Amino acid sequence: MGRLPADLEEERKRIRDLAEAVGLDCYDTVFEMVTYDQMNQFAAYGGFPVRYPHWKFGMEYDKLSKSYEYGLSKIYEMVINNDPCYAYLMEGNRRVDQKLVMAHVYGHCDFFKNNKWFEPTDRKMMDTMANHATRIRRHMDRYGVDEVESFIDICLSIENLIDRHAPYKPQKANKKIETEDRTRKSLLKFDREYMDEYVNPEDRIKFKEEQEKDPMQKVPEKPERDVLLFLMNHAPLKHWQQDVLSIIRSESYYFAPQGMTKIMNEGWASYWHSKLMTESIMNDSEVIDYADACAGTLAMSPTGFNPYKVGIELFRDIEDRWNKGRFGKEWSECEDIAQKKAWDTHAGLGREKIFEVRRDYNDVTFIDEFLTEDFCVRNKMFVYKHNKRTGQYEMDTRQFPAVKQQLLFQLTNFGQPIINVEHSNFNNRGELLLTHLFEGVEIQYNYAQETLKNLAALWRRPVNLVTVIDEKPKILHHDGKDLKVIDVLTESQAKAKAAAE
Amino acid sequence: MSIREDQNRFRDIVRGKIKENFKDYVTHGEMIGKRENDYVKIPVPYIDIPRFKYGPKQKGGVGQGEGKPGDPVGKGKGEKKPGEGKAGNEAGEHQVEVDISFEELAEILGEELELPRIEPKGSKIASEKNRYSGIAPVGPEGLRHFKSSYKRALKRYISSGLYDPEDPVIVPIRGDYRYRSTKTTIKPQANAVVIYIMDVSGSMGNEQKEIVRLESFWINAWLKKHYKGLETRFIIHDATAREVDEDTFFRTSESGGTLISSAYKLCRDIIQREYPPHEWNIYPFHFSDGDNWSGDDTRLCMKILKEGLMPNVNFFGYGQVESKYGSGQFLKDLEKEFPSDEKMILSKIKNKEAILGSIKDFLGKGR
Repeated sequence: MGRLPADLEEERKRIRDLAEAVGLDCYDTVFEMVTYDQMNQFAAYGGFPVRYPHWKFGMEYDKLSKSYEYGLSKIYEMVINNDPCYAYLMEGNRRVDQKLVMAHVYGHCDFFKNNKWFEPTDRKMMDTMANHATRIRRHMDRYGVDEVESFIDICLSIENLIDRHAPYKPQKANKKIETEDRTRKSLLKFDREYMDEYVNPEDRIKFKEEQEKDPMQKVPEKPERDVLLFLMNHAPLKHWQQDVLSIIRSESYYFAPQGMTKIMNEGWASYWHSKLMTESIMNDSEVIDYADACAGTLAMSPTGFNPYKVGIELFRDIEDRWNKGRFGKEWSECEDIAQKKAWDTHAGLGREKIFEVRRDYNDVTFIDEFLTEDFCVRNKMFVYKHNKRTGQYEMDTRQFPAVKQQLLFQLTNFGQPIINVEHSNFNNRGELLLTHLFEGVEIQYNYAQETLKNLAALWRRPVNLVTVIDEKPKILHHDGKDLKVIDVLTESQAKAKAAAE
Repeated sequence: MSIREDQNRFRDIVRGKIKENFKDYVTHGEMIGKRENDYVKIPVPYIDIPRFKYGPKQKGGVGQGEGKPGDPVGKGKGEKKPGEGKAGNEAGEHQVEVDISFEELAEILGEELELPRIEPKGSKIASEKNRYSGIAPVGPEGLRHFKSSYKRALKRYISSGLYDPEDPVIVPIRGDYRYRSTKTTIKPQANAVVIYIMDVSGSMGNEQKEIVRLESFWINAWLKKHYKGLETRFIIHDATAREVDEDTFFRTSESGGTLISSAYKLCRDIIQREYPPHEWNIYPFHFSDGDNWSGDDTRLCMKILKEGLMPNVNFFGYGQVESKYGSGQFLKDLEKEFPSDEKMILSKIKNKEAILGSIKDFLGKGR
């Protein structure tokens, strides 16, 4: 890893000044020059130089380096949400590519700093990640690599079961901070960690907790979407397990906003690199190479939805509409096509509007508010579905409402099924009850089976998931060894059954 | 780099998974088709981290481009356009595929079957290599060898009586200096050739050929591990024999009578012409359903084997694939003719499941 060579450093300063001049407001950004191998390593680690040891990073690295060596893919750009921001440039890339990447990175930096969904993220994540790694290595030293790694496997298999909106709800946010670094509830406070077991014996703590708790209270009181938090507080975990789980959870929360703003974030960065490059950074000899690189990133494909492309086009569309005053009551009530086509009030509010959008929106609200029928047609968007008969994916429709609905569905909860903890004493047998909020798409059965097995290992009692399989409501019951699929009776069926007995 | 640790752990897991299901991998042919130079692509189930997620088949998605409703949208992997890789969001359901080298695959095979390492026989082809392991009285100053130079000077001092233990100063002169020099070491390297012979007469069906294909793939993997630059030759025969390339070897379907001797003759000639036995490790494998045209021809086979083949090869492997039409007589004949010859290895392959056992028969002796 190294600093930038003098000429690129010069360019960097120029690009930063240009970015500031157009109103981008970034954290300091540290660019590092890395080799392709380092690039692959950092990419495998999600951008960070240090992560806790786990084979999944090895798998990612294996894939990335092979695909690079076969010439199938190449990572151009990587940037980390941190203060200061860190970004990597790859050695041996063309100069015009490096400039493009720098301009693109400044776009991301501005987004990280100013989009309000990123507000609760840890801006010292570089350090935090390194600390996580240290903590996990310490656990590995003490309890064995295999033991800790297989526990991490379990945690990772449920890492998506967090409440993505929790950090933005005031009371929850406090709760999160409170539990963040606590690995053990202590009655008496003192500073010798290793004595803790003796000063605050386990059964004493349990007793104290029991006393404070109303025995008839259903836990959780309301369905809890943050399954990880619930398990941290209620599953029979050892201290180190609780610590590992809290680490996985806090990393999961850190990455969540990036999932929530993928289209916007890439769109914003692409919008600015294209503007800065074409208006001021590039020189004449670089135009062709730039256009080639740009076309590559913004390529459309029939099945791969390209967030770069949709993002940049939407930002441009918004800017154009607000420049021409194509918004508000009068615009939407106008039904004369010719008049609409020529509509231009010279409002000039475009630039201002896109900065506002970049501050206040996430992908769901962004698409919901700014995706227009006109835009869909112009960008040739469509919905595709799997056809059971032909076994192929086929184009389904170009209808605007369908496209919008499909997109929103894909983005809600980051395209993941929504799972809540319903009850921790199901059937009065200490079983865990989870419910899948069914929205028309079933979960993948074999994956669910393995995940439930992991949950049962954590909970140490059977775990139940209410979901829908083959269009019928079912309960998946996993006791740690086997999975049973139980029918869910409707009320009338239940009555009939009771009567028969 | 710490990523190496993670990568090694990942590879260990892959190896573990492959070992767990090794039998399936051996009897399923599809991975052989996915060869790329030194790697094989192997589908490894359950190496992914399980999660609650939507089933991809129902999900569908939003795409961009030309077309009208009802048109299939390409899911083909080969049709990636430049830049598409970045877009991600692929809905396709794919098993995790892992690249694994032949070397590793062979190692796993060896561990699973407890195969002994092969002891290459006889004299070896030498490869020359220069290494700085010698000392010479002349050479460039950069290669001056301090220790031997000092020793020479000390010797000179002592023998000429100049040495004073109170003041042990040694001043070397020109003649004391010694320098590192290159020495040519001869590194033995074993050469090997495998000659596969297959009976393609009418009685060998597709299933039988599949077995031969799988078995020879694994034998090749194991031998390749021991011999760099392993050569392979392929002979097919019915009533006449001819040499073919690998592709033809596995695809050709002839029909007609069977004269095994024709193939043995050809094999003998190839060895005589191209592979002097004192320089080469030679492994002929013959796969057949055990039907020969006549007793006369069988007798001729035995003669060629005894005189022309057996003295020159590491071992001769005969694998008899069971088929509805074959009598299986040839195996019995060989048994009778070579009752206690260690170099004649016979193996019966009943079905696909028996491939592993048969490989062990052939390679379990470490020749």
